[in-house]
Amino acid sequence: MVFLSYLITGLGLGSVYAIIALGYSMVYGIAKMLNFAHGDIIMVGSYVAFFVLYRFGLSVPVGIILSVLVCTVLGVLVERLAYKPLRQASSLSVLITAIGVSYFLQNGAQLLWSSSQKMFKSVVGDGGISLFGGKLTLSYITLVTILTCILIMIALTLFINHTSTGRAMRACSEDKGAAQLMGINVNTTISITFAIGSALAAIAAVLLCSTYPSITPTLGSMPGIKAFTAAVFGGIGSIPGAFIGGLLLGVIESLAKAYISTQLSDAVVFAVLIVVLLIKPTGLLGKKVSVKV
Amino acid sequence: MFKKIFDKKHRGRTFSYLMVLVAYVVIEIMLSTKSMSSLMKNLLVPCCCYIVTALALNLCVGLSGELSLGHAGFMSIGAYTGICFSGFFESSITNPIVRLILAMMIAAAVTALFGFLIGIPVLKLSGDYLAIVTLAFCQIIASLINNCYLGFDSNGIQFSFITNNVNIEATGKMLLSGPIGASGTTRISTFTVGVVLIVITLIVIYNLMYSKNGRAIMACRDNSIAALSVGVSVTKTKMLAFVISAAIAGAAGALYGLNFSTLAPAKFNFNQSILILVYVVLGGLGNINGTIIAASLLYILPEKLRGLQDYRMIIYSLVLIAIMLISNNQKFKVFVEKNTKLFKNKFTKKEAK
Amino acid sequence: MSNTNNTPILEVKDLGIDFGGLTAVNNFNITINKNDIYGLIGPNGAGKTTVFNMLTKVYTPTRGTIIFNGQDTKGMDAIAVNKLGAARTFQNIRLFNELTVEDNVKIGMHNELTYSTLEGILRTPKYYKQEKAAHEKAIELLKIFNLDEFADVQAKSLPYGAQRRLEIARALATNPVLLLLDEPAAGMNPTETEELMNTIRFVRDKFNIAILLIEHDMKLVMGVCEKITVLNFGQVLMTGTPSEVQSNPEVIKAYIGD
Repeated sequence: MVFLSYLITGLGLGSVYAIIALGYSMVYGIAKMLNFAHGDIIMVGSYVAFFVLYRFGLSVPVGIILSVLVCTVLGVLVERLAYKPLRQASSLSVLITAIGVSYFLQNGAQLLWSSSQKMFKSVVGDGGISLFGGKLTLSYITLVTILTCILIMIALTLFINHTSTGRAMRACSEDKGAAQLMGINVNTTISITFAIGSALAAIAAVLLCSTYPSITPTLGSMPGIKAFTAAVFGGIGSIPGAFIGGLLLGVIESLAKAYISTQLSDAVVFAVLIVVLLIKPTGLLGKKVSVKV
Repeated sequence: MFKKIFDKKHRGRTFSYLMVLVAYVVIEIMLSTKSMSSLMKNLLVPCCCYIVTALALNLCVGLSGELSLGHAGFMSIGAYTGICFSGFFESSITNPIVRLILAMMIAAAVTALFGFLIGIPVLKLSGDYLAIVTLAFCQIIASLINNCYLGFDSNGIQFSFITNNVNIEATGKMLLSGPIGASGTTRISTFTVGVVLIVITLIVIYNLMYSKNGRAIMACRDNSIAALSVGVSVTKTKMLAFVISAAIAGAAGALYGLNFSTLAPAKFNFNQSILILVYVVLGGLGNINGTIIAASLLYILPEKLRGLQDYRMIIYSLVLIAIMLISNNQKFKVFVEKNTKLFKNKFTKKEAK
Repeated sequence: MSNTNNTPILEVKDLGIDFGGLTAVNNFNITINKNDIYGLIGPNGAGKTTVFNMLTKVYTPTRGTIIFNGQDTKGMDAIAVNKLGAARTFQNIRLFNELTVEDNVKIGMHNELTYSTLEGILRTPKYYKQEKAAHEKAIELLKIFNLDEFADVQAKSLPYGAQRRLEIARALATNPVLLLLDEPAAGMNPTETEELMNTIRFVRDKFNIAILLIEHDMKLVMGVCEKITVLNFGQVLMTGTPSEVQSNPEVIKAYIGD
């Protein structure tokens, strides 16, 4: 029963990772870049939600919608201003730019909102459901997080596979040049991808802060790295991969905290990642690329 | 003789040594005439360490073509090896310079060993996967050192992991204490040793570049299939570059660690790796002089901007983005191309006949 | 001078490879003697480059044996096969683009230079002696291909034809007994092709080696090759002299279609 509760906590945490990892993975799949600033979009989303909900006292849906809006706009803006001019540049140049954007967002947040932590309150209240005569308690937020993640996963899969925009996105991820020749607007498609990724980051932000309430300007960096790890774990560029990778990572982290050591849980997570990549070098669901000689 | 120093191929190398020499002389003059602020003085040794680590990373990323985000991890292994060695032999090797040099050598050897062990699995991957795995190793190393407790007294060496069970007598010394890291380290690093380390690093990298293994390293980067076809083992070559790079970063780490009385393991997280990578990329991949200049300027820049307080990191990040956007701008590239046209013209004439 | 030596340098028996259940090459047989200039031709997609990749162990064959220089190459990797004396060029040029032309050739001497990494870093007399010899050998090879004046130029800035020639020079630097050329004349103009034909003969005579080449330029193939194997749909269609191949109706059919 204790094991089950750790497992469910892990699934909750993993769902947050999965939602963030989806953003990472989609952007990687289409723009072929590691968006290091993705974690910091989460941070911005957290602050927006915090101010809307607890400073201006507006309702939860308004808070979430505003947070999603701000993050979407920010994500597209960052893409247009910083990444778009680098479409032809080496991947390392783009990586460094993304790092620059990440620093900018972190330090901008520190300037605007100071580095002292702010306390978020869970958007669905603190309670939970008691099962098995109180032996197992499921907090509402964990349930909501897992449900949200599943819904997002289903919606995104339908979107990618059954809409024309989704098809354009798949085409761009295969071959941008060919997609352009077929009349697909590559720039718009990439912008849409960033918009979706950033909107997901905002949702992840609200869920994350409902579970871990302290908000600081560097809040996004660790979940960002973990989600990135999750995306690689599942096979970067693959949407089901990001989902599975995120969930597994959350569960492993939660179980490692419970049964090995709290301090070493990160080490265990990264060690598992290394083992997975050694056995399957492109992640669990990644595609194998072969070079023509 | 002069041809070997100033011809096109060796000009860059000559410039490196001259630049380091001139910088050293100027700084020494400033130090002796006391015209340097104490803030700047404190930055000298760390700056040397970052230059050396950036050079090491350039060997790995620029020359070998393997994107590593784990060099802060190598620096940290080197730092704590150096600190432990120096702390342990403080009473037996009394000359601080000798102890420092020995500590750096031991640190380089230990880090090279770790580099080799990490390299076995890591170098099977490439590109972004290699980056994430080196990053993972960096985080693992940081979290392992974060849980190490090590000390020694008349009863010998005591070590414990995760929980602190180390009880040291008053006459003994605590070397590592978990998340606090090392404290009470005797500061023995000097600027001169730092410069010597830069020069040795330059010699190692340049001499490697102009030898068969250095050529092989760059060949494997440019085309691994072609390298195999002429009998060059890509695995061994990449490992060689990785291990040498790790060893240099380890030596720099020891110098860094022995420059501060306290040093927490959290200092060497992935942000640190990224910082070093920024130096390398801004300096130009494979460009040794660029790396030295970028590392020095970018290390000093945030400190110089301290007057601007809260705005300094914002400015730093904007500078970073601006440099990337400008250097990849098509118009700027055309401008650079025009200036190199002279050489190109000469070349096409030759080809035409 | 040619064909005085009839000892086989390469004997391939029933070579075949499958990719995911699909047979790319099957029942491939070939015997190349020392000093042969041998042509491997066939329509696009016939499996010529695949044969090269199997001979040089870029791919591991599914079936068959390759006896090269008297040794079965089963279980060997690309490096071992090169050390045994097979050197190749690539259809899509694979140079070390950022390195100079001279360094590209010197990479070919990697295993010939015996000084260690440490000796290289410390620059011992052994290093200087071997590097000097390597430099001389590289310049000598580059001269054969009219590339010596570009020795210090980056390989990527060479024109297309010169890049192809540099690839051959690099392959020769490994002291091969068999040189495999994958479409050496692709992208060359007629004058360059003419020159290349002379160079191929010159190289064979000077270094006393066998040459196996894949080529679409029939003028070159018929002009330099003493023996030709025609490949179609992964199978050997025929083997013979240039005139035999030219007059074979099957070959004409394979090229032109029914």
